[in-house]
Amino acid sequence: MSARFDWKWIPRGIALGILAFVIFGPLANLLLWTVTERWYFPHVLPLKYGFSFWANVFSPRGNAMSSLGTSVFIATLTVILSLGLAIPAGYALARLRLPFRGLILLALLIPQAFPNLPVYVNIARIFYQYGLNGTILGVVLVHVTHGLVYAVWIATAAFSAIDRELEEAARSMGASALRGFWDVTLPIAAPGLLASAIFVFLESLDEFTGTYFVGAPDVTTLPLLLYTAGAGGNYQIASITALILLVPSIAFMFVVERFLRSDVLSKVGH
Amino acid sequence: MNARSETKVVHGWGSEELPQPDSAGAFRTIHADSLKAGGRRFAMPIHLIGFLLVAPALAIVVLLFIVPLVSSITGAFDVGGAFSLGNFTKAFELYSRDMLFTLTIVLMSSALIGLFSIMIGGYLTLGSNPRAVAILRWIYRWPLFIPFIVVGQILRTFLAKNGLMNNIFIELGLMTPLSAVSFLDWRGIVIAFVWKQTPFVALLLSGAMASIDRSTIEAARNLGANRLRILIEIVLPQVRTTLLVGLILSFVTMMSVLSVPLMINAQSPTMITANMAFRINAYRDYGVANALGLISLLMTSAVAWVYLRQTMREHSR
Repeated sequence: MSARFDWKWIPRGIALGILAFVIFGPLANLLLWTVTERWYFPHVLPLKYGFSFWANVFSPRGNAMSSLGTSVFIATLTVILSLGLAIPAGYALARLRLPFRGLILLALLIPQAFPNLPVYVNIARIFYQYGLNGTILGVVLVHVTHGLVYAVWIATAAFSAIDRELEEAARSMGASALRGFWDVTLPIAAPGLLASAIFVFLESLDEFTGTYFVGAPDVTTLPLLLYTAGAGGNYQIASITALILLVPSIAFMFVVERFLRSDVLSKVGH
Repeated sequence: MNARSETKVVHGWGSEELPQPDSAGAFRTIHADSLKAGGRRFAMPIHLIGFLLVAPALAIVVLLFIVPLVSSITGAFDVGGAFSLGNFTKAFELYSRDMLFTLTIVLMSSALIGLFSIMIGGYLTLGSNPRAVAILRWIYRWPLFIPFIVVGQILRTFLAKNGLMNNIFIELGLMTPLSAVSFLDWRGIVIAFVWKQTPFVALLLSGAMASIDRSTIEAARNLGANRLRILIEIVLPQVRTTLLVGLILSFVTMMSVLSVPLMINAQSPTMITANMAFRINAYRDYGVANALGLISLLMTSAVAWVYLRQTMREHSR
């Protein structure tokens, strides 16, 4: 137990240091921009710090608050719809013997197997005919299509990770099929389903491309606000908006393993 | 032990006694043995229930993804209502350089993502120092759920000619102000993709590596194999499928991302995603946009085919 120095920490330290710089350098840069009042070349750090842009963003006149409201509203609707569709589908895919199960899974995987930009372009054209362009409902439908794949995958994985015998034990005690599902299967799958709900919520909150084609300019979510502010060269507003989107994403990253145990995670996509 | 034999008995009893095949059947048919024991009778209704449970989700995907996908393909051949290859001629005339650019960027990013995630996953699995492993585990995942649009914004300010990265290098004496260059071109896009996607693939990969049988690793270690050799010869072959799936999902994601090319490098040459958005916004030119879309579909479908074949093979087990 002497204080002998482990020389292997030198290469380890260098490697971890480089990685930390690569990951946290850009993030620190974002934080600096959110509190920058003035910053120009050749100054390494901002010349003047302050929160005047924050006041700007969160002022009642500022459009950040209304964008945040729109984003959260759309994301909540997306979660309700996606899980409402994904829980029965995931259960059926995990537990029941379906005809053409392979084909159904294939169809549900397609949104992940093809680039979705051409699809969004054409959805926008179809929605235009039905007056769905520029409406909240239109944006929610696009987000649901995108989120559904993850929701179904995670729900299927969560249900197939549950020991069947628990369900059968409930059935053998005389519980009905629905009651067995409600009292036994659903509570055990709940952490996985909650994770998929959070994930779908975040995906919707962060979605840019579909909203850009279907929602803009009538529906302004946070990512669209971030894009417009950045395109206009207003890096402070863009960075503050980016930070608002960043915080829930990083928080989820830290808690995801509590919800998605590795046995569920290893079944995702299978 | 006991439970298993009990359920078997219950099954035999249940299939005789319960008159409603739909509610009962839905939760049965599961064990192969229960199927043989008499579940066969309920085969049809279970199929029907299963189908009804899946149908709404399936309908959304078909109506809102597959139908527009098909119309993007037919739209690519549509010039003024007639079948024509005109959109493709125009697309190749205007954007052939961008197509090559896109493919190069995405392939290069995929290769780097693969390399870095193997390094990260490998160290997480085989690393000998628990503290270093814990630090790595804590650091590498940060970008996992950061949205692309935020990545674009972060890196746009970080990688610029006068951005924080160059400023730090200059301050540390690693670089002179004159040699500072902007990374906001193809390199910026590659950096953004690798930064964002590596944690995703590394997470999948380290999960798969953690679940492989440790005894083979221990055996190789006892025979004196070094860790690099264990990683390449023993661990990697067992997680090949996961690596492939992760990389293909990343490939498709990168082919769909609009915000990163728009924010980091919108000048020519750029990625065809940015070109598609430009055709729509500037000219409402759906024909050429769809032709570009079909080209990106062809690029990914080659890759997606590998992936689907892999998953189908696993499902059929």
